[in-house]
Amino acid sequence: MSARPIRKTAIKLLFTVVLMFLFAVFVMPPLYDVFCEIAGIGGKTEGQYEESEDQIVDSERVVRVQFVATNNGAMPWEFSPTEYQVKVNPGASTAVEFYARNPTRRDMVAQAIPNVAPANAAPYFHKTECFCFNQQELKAGEEANMGLVFIVDPELPANVNTITLSYTLFDITNREGEDNQSEPLASLN
Amino acid sequence: MAHGPAKGIGRWLYATNHKDIGTMYLWFSFAMFILGGAFAMIIRAELFAPGMQLIKPEFFNQMTTMHGLIMVFGAIMPAFVGLANWLIPMQIGAPDMALPRMNNLSFWILPFGFSLLAATLFMEGGAPNFGWTFYAPLSTTYAPPTVNFFIFGVHIIGASSIMGSINIIATVLNLRAPGMTLMKMPLFVWTWLITAFLLVAVMPVLAGAVTMMLMDINFGTSFFDAAGGGDPVLFQHVFWFFGHPEVYIIILPAFGVISAIIPTFSRKPLFGYSSMVYATSAIAFLSFIVWAHHMYTVGMPLAGELYFMYATMLIAVPTGVKVFNWIATMFGGAISYETPMLFSIAFVILFTIGGFTGLMLAMAPADIQYHDSYFVVAHFHYVMVAGAVFSMSAAVYYWLPKWTGKMYSEAMGKTHFWLAFIGFNVTFFPQHFLGLAGMPRRYADYALQFTEWNMVSTVGAFIYGAAQILFLYNVIRTIVAGTPAPEEKTWEGAEGLEWTLPSPPPFHSFSTPPEVK
Repeated sequence: MSARPIRKTAIKLLFTVVLMFLFAVFVMPPLYDVFCEIAGIGGKTEGQYEESEDQIVDSERVVRVQFVATNNGAMPWEFSPTEYQVKVNPGASTAVEFYARNPTRRDMVAQAIPNVAPANAAPYFHKTECFCFNQQELKAGEEANMGLVFIVDPELPANVNTITLSYTLFDITNREGEDNQSEPLASLN
Repeated sequence: MAHGPAKGIGRWLYATNHKDIGTMYLWFSFAMFILGGAFAMIIRAELFAPGMQLIKPEFFNQMTTMHGLIMVFGAIMPAFVGLANWLIPMQIGAPDMALPRMNNLSFWILPFGFSLLAATLFMEGGAPNFGWTFYAPLSTTYAPPTVNFFIFGVHIIGASSIMGSINIIATVLNLRAPGMTLMKMPLFVWTWLITAFLLVAVMPVLAGAVTMMLMDINFGTSFFDAAGGGDPVLFQHVFWFFGHPEVYIIILPAFGVISAIIPTFSRKPLFGYSSMVYATSAIAFLSFIVWAHHMYTVGMPLAGELYFMYATMLIAVPTGVKVFNWIATMFGGAISYETPMLFSIAFVILFTIGGFTGLMLAMAPADIQYHDSYFVVAHFHYVMVAGAVFSMSAAVYYWLPKWTGKMYSEAMGKTHFWLAFIGFNVTFFPQHFLGLAGMPRRYADYALQFTEWNMVSTVGAFIYGAAQILFLYNVIRTIVAGTPAPEEKTWEGAEGLEWTLPSPPPFHSFSTPPEVK
């Protein structure tokens, strides 16, 4: 018996092992995101929405939109919506604000990540302007009102009467310096 | 060339001989079986009566988690790797495994992996308590701090499995005796070859899943955290992409064992050898495309539910082919009922029951009712215990005379079988009723109407546990004071290269390849 074919088999298998690991960590999560987007599940909202000129407003129907603001992990900012609930007509553009304050003694950068419940409403919740499209910089002790303008699509399924929009605020102060362009969280908007 | 094993502890620490490593795997897995069994006894003792008697609910959760992890990764998987180490070189006419040093490493990291896991029981915060499927966020956001030990333990155990399977594939593909073509290999070798490919494909996915958990817990990523743009359901998809092939990793070698034993005691060649090979391959392939049948209740689109339902039911076809072949092998044979055959027949009957309850659970609309109930517990114990563990018991009785050169006590073996058979069914058959009546799994307490069947189940569990002590005693007694086994063939109907060797086989067998007709 010679050792060469054995080594060849073993190396091929080890290569497969590494490939499958990379597949699990780097391919499956984005693949799942793509799948959820196609199937319209998971509650992720899309990026910036261009309002069309002839946006039809359905004044017959009223949809409640509720806002939730959460800090991730040890994020110390004060973060809350200025209004917890608004009633809107589908198709009408609505502006709301979120309040944030950096109570620490250092300058910080934050990133808000949105999620919509119920998940099947997510494709019908359009943001024309959102603070979550950018990073938020607040100096020590600074506070700010951050804007959000959105439109609920008139195509929204008839059984959805309440939409909950949740923002979770992440501390990305330390990530910022490393790699500004390919900010991993920004791609999740 | 003809030298024996080294003396003293060095023989085991530096072991590169496939028989020595196989022996260590088998003993290690039995120790884990006893440990996991002890956890099961604690669970069943607590569930004997409603209300909290013996332990706290927090500890109960740790027990269910550790029982599952230890039994799956510590008892069943290493037991079959040990069997593969002992048998594959002898069955294909090879002198040893292809990568003997890696073989040593893959065994010796196992005790460290399980020490990490078991040590969590003595740590602040207690052992993992999120169930053996460790769904996020239970295992990330809400996990005890010991979860990191669990993660590294799984990494080590996974590395061991991967090395073991690379070794098996390299051995089977490169070291077969001249004339031993793939379609002449014993089915145990075939099923292990396919199992090893499954392991190489999915153990890295498990490693990936726990690595993502590690990142979420310690390094601020959000793979499984909806708040940060991730999704806990993603965890379930990744886990079951590993987890479903994993259940076939556990059961395929058992199929191989049964396919060796039933022809021996029926004194007929195995019916439909090639259809067995194709059925095994088909099961392995299907195992990759059915994972989400474990998660019908997460809110999949209807098309997804239907696809996973039909694909899952398709698995019944190759599995049915196998069961049919075993029965056809027995049909018209001159059957004798020694202990290994008793376990094998029980395997065929009980595994088929487990398969049928699996079909019930495969139906998405029905599963929404059965999901996470004791019906599921009954189902997977019928395939894991009556499947994998019964076949493992059969294998030990069948090959023990070959390994040791000594005969076990047939009377004690049969007593073990009947205690195990009765104990097992008394434990798990009533759990079908409990599940259908609505008792959820993984709770330390239950509603009063479930009391009677839980009492019955607990009594059965202790009978089954006692049977294993008898098994241990029988094996030790055989090694220490067994009567010598017949020089070559212990069983008159046994076929295969391993039976051409003396019993016990020499330390190095097949240094020159045997002739294969």
